[in-house]
Amino acid sequence: MIEQQYIDLFRQYRGELDANSTEGLNRHRDRAFDIFTQIGFPSSKQEDYKHSNIMRCFDADLGLNLRNIPIPVNPYDAFKCDVPNLSTHTFFLINDRYYDKAGQTEGLPDGVFAGSLQQFAKEYPTQFDMHYARIADMHKNGIVAYNTMFAQDGFVVYVPKNVEVEKPLQLINILRGGVDLNVNRRILIIAEENAHVKLLVCDHAVDDVHFVVTQVTEIVAGPSAQVDFYELEENSEKVTRLSNLFSEQKENSNVVTSGITLHNGYTRNNYRFRLLGEHAEAHAGGLAICDKTQHIDNFAFLDHAVPNCTSNELFKNVLKDKATGVFCGKILVEKDAQKTQAYQTNRNLVSTDTAQMFSKPQLEIYADDVKCSHGLTTGQLDEDALFYMRARGIDKEEARLLLMVAFTRDVIDMIRIPTLQERLITLIDKRFRGELMRCGNCAVCK
Amino acid sequence: MLKIKNLHAVVEEQEILKGIDLEVNAGEVHAVMGPNGSGKSTLASVLAGNPKFEVTRGSILFKGKELLEMEPEDRAREGIFLSFQYPVEIPGVSMVNFMRAAVNEQRKYRREEPISATDFLKLMRDKRDLLGMDSQLVSRSVNEGFSGGEKKKNEIFQMAMINPLLSILDETDSGLDIDALRVVAAGVNKLQTKENATILITHYQRLLEYIKPDFVHVLYAGKIIKSGGPELALELEKKGYDWLIKS
Repeated sequence: MIEQQYIDLFRQYRGELDANSTEGLNRHRDRAFDIFTQIGFPSSKQEDYKHSNIMRCFDADLGLNLRNIPIPVNPYDAFKCDVPNLSTHTFFLINDRYYDKAGQTEGLPDGVFAGSLQQFAKEYPTQFDMHYARIADMHKNGIVAYNTMFAQDGFVVYVPKNVEVEKPLQLINILRGGVDLNVNRRILIIAEENAHVKLLVCDHAVDDVHFVVTQVTEIVAGPSAQVDFYELEENSEKVTRLSNLFSEQKENSNVVTSGITLHNGYTRNNYRFRLLGEHAEAHAGGLAICDKTQHIDNFAFLDHAVPNCTSNELFKNVLKDKATGVFCGKILVEKDAQKTQAYQTNRNLVSTDTAQMFSKPQLEIYADDVKCSHGLTTGQLDEDALFYMRARGIDKEEARLLLMVAFTRDVIDMIRIPTLQERLITLIDKRFRGELMRCGNCAVCK
Repeated sequence: MLKIKNLHAVVEEQEILKGIDLEVNAGEVHAVMGPNGSGKSTLASVLAGNPKFEVTRGSILFKGKELLEMEPEDRAREGIFLSFQYPVEIPGVSMVNFMRAAVNEQRKYRREEPISATDFLKLMRDKRDLLGMDSQLVSRSVNEGFSGGEKKKNEIFQMAMINPLLSILDETDSGLDIDALRVVAAGVNKLQTKENATILITHYQRLLEYIKPDFVHVLYAGKIIKSGGPELALELEKKGYDWLIKS
C-alpha cells in the first residue's frame, strides 16, 4: 500500500510537524489523518480519476521539509516581475513556506491581511477558525485530507467588509529543492461582504528535481463580494501539481477563476464551486498548452444550490505530441434552484494522432425552469480558415500559429486585468513558437 | 499575365473542370459566367490553390511561372487575390493583425522592410474610406458577426490593402443590396490600372452594369463553351443559357 509510508511518516514526525507550524493548523491534523487512513489516495479505478493515476505520483522517494530547513534564496533578488504595467503587491511562497519581508504589505488598505497562514492563525483566530479547512471537504478526496495532515503554512488574503483592494495581489510560488520533494501548501481567500480582491498566483519550479505538490485553495466570498483568482502554471516536466480549489459564494457575489498552464508535467486541477446565495455568479476558465508527454486533467464541479445564479465554465486545451488532456465537468442544479443559468464549454485542439483527449460533461438538473447548456468539441484547426489566411499570403505555419493563439483568446478574455491579458497573449504566442523556455526565471516574474 | 491551358480539376473523385483554356492580359477585365454547378467557383479555388481541389491535367502560367507548383501563400505573394464567395469567420484573429500579417508577408516576399505602424494605420484608414467601411468592423475579429454585405465589402477592402496583380472576384455581387453593390463596384473600378487584371465570376449580368468587362466567357459543364465581348453578357441576360447549351 502506497499510503503506508506516509501514514508512518506522519506518526513518526507528528512532533516536528506541529512544532514547525501553529496550533490552528495542528488542530486539524488528527481528523485529516483519520480520514486519510480510511480512504487513502484516489485510485484510477475510481471513475473521476480514470485518466489520472495519482497513486503513481506518490509511489516515489519524496522528501518533506517538515522541519522547515531554510532554503537559501531571496526571491526579491532572484525574481523581478517584468509584466509591463502590471503593478501588484507581490508575495512569495518558497515551497509551502511564506517568505517574510518587512514592508511587504505597504499600500494595502487598512484591515486587509495578506501573508502567512501561520501568522493569520495567530492574529485573526476567529476568522481563521471560521474558514480554515471548512469548505475543503476531506471525505471526498484523500489528497485534501493528505494536504491537511501535512500542511504547515501557506498564503492568506483576508479582505474585510466594504474594502476594495484595487491593485492586484500576486503570489509567486517557487519550488526549490536539492532532492525530490513533496510540498503541501494552502491558500485561503476570505472576502467579506462587498469586499473586492484580485489574486494572481504564479507557479514556478526552479530546480531540476521531481516535485509533487498538493495545493488546497479555499475561496470564501461573502454577499456582493468580488474575487478574481488567476493561476499561471509554468512548471518543469518533473512537477506533479495536484490542486484542489473550493469556492463558496453568498448572494450577489462574483467569483472569476482561471487556470492557465503554459508548461507543466502532470497536472490535476479539481474545482468545486458552490453557489449558496441568490444572484451569485461563478466564471471558471481554464487553458492548457501541452506537448511531449505532458498531462492536464481539469475536473470541475459546480453546484447551484439556490435560485437565480449564473455559472459559466470555459475550458480549453491545445495538445500535441503524446500529451493527454482530460476534462470532466459536473453541473448540479438542485431542486429549488430555479432560473439557474449554467453554461459549460470544453474545446480542444489536438494536432497529432498521438495526443489524446478525454472529455465528459455531466449535467444533473433537478429544477424545471433553468437554462443550461454544454458544448464539447475536439478537433483540429479549421482548414477553411487556414486556406483563407494563406490566400492572403500568410505563411502556412504563421497562419496555424495565429489560429492557435486565436483559439485561446476567449479564455484570456475572461480575465479582468487588462495588462495581464496582454501579457498572457504574448506568452501564449511565444509558447506556440517554441520561444518560451521554462527556466529558472519565469516568463512573467523574471 | 495569366495563361490557363487544358485545365482539369477533380474534387471528391468528381471531375469538375474538364479542359479550360483562358488567357488574361494586364489591363483587362474578364467575366466568367455560367449556370450553377458549371465549375465557376472551382476555377477560382484552383487558381488560388485551395488544397481541396486536385488538378489532374493542364497548366496555369502566371507571369511565366507555373502556378500549380506554388503553395497558396506564394501565389498570393506573386499577386493573385481571391475574393471569396463565402468569406471565412476567424474568431480571435483581429482584422488589424490579420491585415498587418498579410501586408508584411507580401513585403517580405518583395524583400521590403515591414510596414511602419503609422503607415499601416494610414493605409487601413484610406482603404476603409474607399469602401465606406465602419471603423468598428476593422477592429473586430476577421468577418466574425459581419453581415453578408459587410463580408463582401471586407473582401474588397483586403484587395485594396494588398493591391494584387490579378484579382479573382468569386460571386462578389451575391448577398449585396444595390447600394452596397455600387460601393463595392466603385471600389473595384478605382483599383483597376493598366498593370493589373480582374476576373469576375458571376451568375448574373447585374454586376457587369457596374464593372465593365472587356471579355465575357460562358462556362458550362467544366468547359468554356463561348467567349465574346460585353455584348455576350447582354445576350445571356435576354436569352438565358439554354440556347448555348443546346446548340
